[in-house]
Amino acid sequence: MSTEAHHGAAHDHGHAHDHGHDDHHDPKWYSPSRWLFSTNHKDIGTLYLIFALFAGIVGTAFSGFMRVELMEPGLQLFDGKAFGGFFGNEHDYNVITTMHGLIMIFFMVMPALIGGFGNWFVPLMIGAPDMAMPRMNNISFWLLPASFFLLVLSMFVPAQATGDATGFGGGWVLYPPLSGTAGHSGPAMDLVILSLHVAGISSILGAINFIVTILNMRAPGMTLHKMPLFAWSMLVTAFLLVLALPVLAGALTMLLTDRNFGSKFFVPAGGGDPVMFQHLFWFFGHPEVYIMILPGFGIVSHVVSTFSRKPVFGYLAMAYAMAAIGIIGFIVWAHHMYTVGMNVNLKAYFVAATMVIAVPTGVKIFSWIATMWGGSIEFKVPMLWAIGFIFLFTVGGVTGVVLANAGVDHALHDTYYVVAHFHYVLSLGAVFTLFCGWYYWFEKIWGVKYNGVLAGLHFWFMFVGSNMIFFPQHFLGLQGMPRRYVDYTPAFEQWHHWSTIGYFVMLVGMAFFFLSLVEAAIRRRKAEANPWGEGATTLEWTLSSPPPFHQFNDLPRVR
Amino acid sequence: MRSRKRLFGALPALLLGSGAAYAAPTPGGINFQAAATDTAQRVHEFHDTVLVVIAAITLFVTALLVWVMLRYNRRANPKASQFSHNTLVEVLWTVIPVLILVFIAYRSFPLLYEQDVFPEVAENEVVDVKVYGRQWFWSYIYGEGDEALEYDSNMVPADALAPGQIAQLSVDYPMVVPAGKYVRLSVTASDVIHSWAMPAFTLKTDAIPGRLNQMWFKVDEPGVFYGQCSELCGQRHAYMPIEVRVLPEDQYLAWLEKSKASVADGRAYLDEVQPLGGSQLASSN
Repeated sequence: MSTEAHHGAAHDHGHAHDHGHDDHHDPKWYSPSRWLFSTNHKDIGTLYLIFALFAGIVGTAFSGFMRVELMEPGLQLFDGKAFGGFFGNEHDYNVITTMHGLIMIFFMVMPALIGGFGNWFVPLMIGAPDMAMPRMNNISFWLLPASFFLLVLSMFVPAQATGDATGFGGGWVLYPPLSGTAGHSGPAMDLVILSLHVAGISSILGAINFIVTILNMRAPGMTLHKMPLFAWSMLVTAFLLVLALPVLAGALTMLLTDRNFGSKFFVPAGGGDPVMFQHLFWFFGHPEVYIMILPGFGIVSHVVSTFSRKPVFGYLAMAYAMAAIGIIGFIVWAHHMYTVGMNVNLKAYFVAATMVIAVPTGVKIFSWIATMWGGSIEFKVPMLWAIGFIFLFTVGGVTGVVLANAGVDHALHDTYYVVAHFHYVLSLGAVFTLFCGWYYWFEKIWGVKYNGVLAGLHFWFMFVGSNMIFFPQHFLGLQGMPRRYVDYTPAFEQWHHWSTIGYFVMLVGMAFFFLSLVEAAIRRRKAEANPWGEGATTLEWTLSSPPPFHQFNDLPRVR
Repeated sequence: MRSRKRLFGALPALLLGSGAAYAAPTPGGINFQAAATDTAQRVHEFHDTVLVVIAAITLFVTALLVWVMLRYNRRANPKASQFSHNTLVEVLWTVIPVLILVFIAYRSFPLLYEQDVFPEVAENEVVDVKVYGRQWFWSYIYGEGDEALEYDSNMVPADALAPGQIAQLSVDYPMVVPAGKYVRLSVTASDVIHSWAMPAFTLKTDAIPGRLNQMWFKVDEPGVFYGQCSELCGQRHAYMPIEVRVLPEDQYLAWLEKSKASVADGRAYLDEVQPLGGSQLASSN
C-alpha cells in the first residue's frame, strides 16, 4: 500500500510513511461507533452511497408500481382490491408518484452524487486530509435517515382529518391548496414538510462543508484554475444548494404555518396567493435540477479524459460553463409555470432566459466530444456510461429547448412530454453519471475489482430499457396524455405498454448491477491503485485502493 | 387568417358520415392531435420547425460520437494527441447555437403573443364562458344574473358509455360553443388548482382559487374535442375530462335556449344535431 502512494506524478512529496501508523488504528469495519460517530470523509461517503442505494431500491420499486398500473387502461393495482387491497386506491397512486419523485431526488440522486462521491473524492482530488468540518459532515449524513424515516412515516398517517386515506398525494411540487388544509388536512403533509426541512438542513450543512473545504483546503499549488472539474462541479453545486434550499425552507415554513397556525400566505380566502408558493418552490426547484446534474458533469469530464488518455478539452470553459449554468439556473424558474396566468411579457422573458442555458450546455457536450477527438479511447465500463450519458443528455436537452417555448409548452405542459424530458436528463442523465462514477471509482472505494462483463450487461440493459421507458412518452405527451394519471383512455395504451416493458428491461439491468456487487464481494479480486493507466491523472489515483484511513498527512504539492 | 385546407379538406366527406368529426388521441399516435384552431395550426408548424432543428442537432452529436468512437479508439489510434484548446471551434460552438436560438426565438415570440393577447374584435364576435374547476368535475357558466346558464360537467363512467362516447374523455354535459366566434374563457377553481386543457386547441390554463385566468380560442368548423384536467388535484384527478362541442351558431343558440329550460333537454338537442361517432380528424402532420 505504502509504495503505491508514491507513484503520482502530480505531487512530489511522499506521504506514505504515515500510513503504517494510521492503519494500525483503523477502526474495525463492524464497529458501530465507526459509522455512527464517523468523522472520516470516506466512511461518511460510503454511508451516503449505501443509503442512496437503499433509497434507490425503494424509489425504483415505486416506479414499478406506476408502470404496472399504467400497462393497461383501467385500474390494475390501485383499485382497492388487487393483492387484498394492498395498493389502495387512486389516492395511493398519487402518494406513490409523489414519493417516487421526492425519494429519487432527495434520497437517491443527491446523497449519491453529492454526499457519496462528493465526500469521497473532493478531499482526495484537492489533496486534503479530510473535509473542513468533519463532525458537521457526520450530522449532515445522519440527518438524512431521520428525514427519510419521516417521509416514509408520512405514507402511513392520515391524509385527511377524517377518513382512512393515508399519505400525501399532491405531487413532489407540493402545490397548495392541495398541500394545504383544503387538500390534505391530515398530518401526512406535515410530516412531509418536516422531512424536507430536515433533508434541507442536511444538504445546507453538507454544502457549507464543501465550500469551506474547497476554498480553504486545496493542496499547495492547486489554484482554483488547476482544480479538477469534479471539485469545480461540487463547488458550483454547493453554492446552488446554499442559495436555493433556504427559499424552499421558507416556502415550506409558510405552508406549515398556513396549515397549523392560521396564517394565510397561500390561502386565497385570506388574501394569500397559491401562485406565490409556486414561484418560491421553483426558485428552489430549478436550481435543484442543476444540483442533480452538475456533479455528473464533473464525473463525466474525468471519465472521458481518462479513457481517451487526453486532457479535458477547454478546461476553463468547462469550469465556467458550469458556473454559468448555475447562475442562469436561478433566473429561469417560471418556465415551470407558463400556464398559471402570468403576464405575457414575463413569459417572453422566461422563454429567452431559458433558451440561453442551451449555450453553456452545448459548450459542455461539444467539449466532451473534443476531448475524445484525437484521443486513444478505451471502452471500459465507465466510458460506456459516459458516452451513453452524452447521447441521452443531448436528447433530453433538445426537448428542453422545445419546452422552453411557452407557445408550445401551453400544449405540452404537464403532459408525458415533460415526463419524458426530465427523465431523459435525470433518470438517463444524472443516474447514468451516477453509475459512471460508480464504476470509475468502484475499485478506489471498495478495494476490489468488479466483473466487467456483468457491469457491461448492466449498462446495455439499462440503456435499452430506459430508452424504451421514456422515448415513447414523448409521443404520449404530444397526443395529450396528462401526467400523474392513474388511468387513461384506451388510445394511449400502446405506448404505455411499451414503456412498461422497457421498465422490466431496465430491471434486468439492475439485476446485473446487484449481481456484480455480489460477484465482487465474493471474489474479492484485489484492486489496483490506478486501474486506468496514464489517462487517470487526478490525485485519488496516487493513493492505494482503498486509500488509507487518513491520507495526505503530508500535503501533496501541485505544480 | 390563413386557411387550413390540410385539416378541413376532408370535412365534406366527414359530414356525409353519421356523426360529428372529433379530435381525440389516436392509438399509437406519435404527434399532436389534429389542430382545430388557426393558432393551434401555427403551434404545430412552429413545433415541427423546432423538431427538425433538434433532430438535426441530435443526429449531428450522434454522428460526432460515432466518428470519434470509430476513428479514435485504442486500436485505430494507439497514441493520443494531447491538444486541449482550439479557439476557433470554441467560438463556433458558442456562436452557432446562439444563432439557432435566436432563430427559434424569432419564431416563438409572435406565437406566444398571439395565444396570450385577446384579439381586438367586435363584442358581438365574442362568446364568454366561465369555467370552474372543482374536485372532481368542471362547471360552466354562460351569461350573468337571472339569464345565466350554469351546469356541472362530469365524466361518463366506463359502465355507462353510450355508442360513440370515449372512455375517460366523454362527459355528461359538455361545454358548447358556436363555430367561428371568439370564445373567451374565464377560468378559476373553487377548491384546489386544476387546469383546463384542450390539446386540439393547444391550450392550457390553470384554474386557481382566487385567480381568474383568461384565454381564448376560435374554432371555425363544428366538431367534438376532448381534453383532461392537467394539474394534479387529488384522488379523482384522472376522472374530470373536458369535452367541447362546437356547433353552428344557430344550433348553439337553440342549445342555449333549451338548456336554460333544462340541461337535459339541451343535451338531448345536442345529441340530435351533433350525434357522436363520426370520423376522427386526422393528425395535422
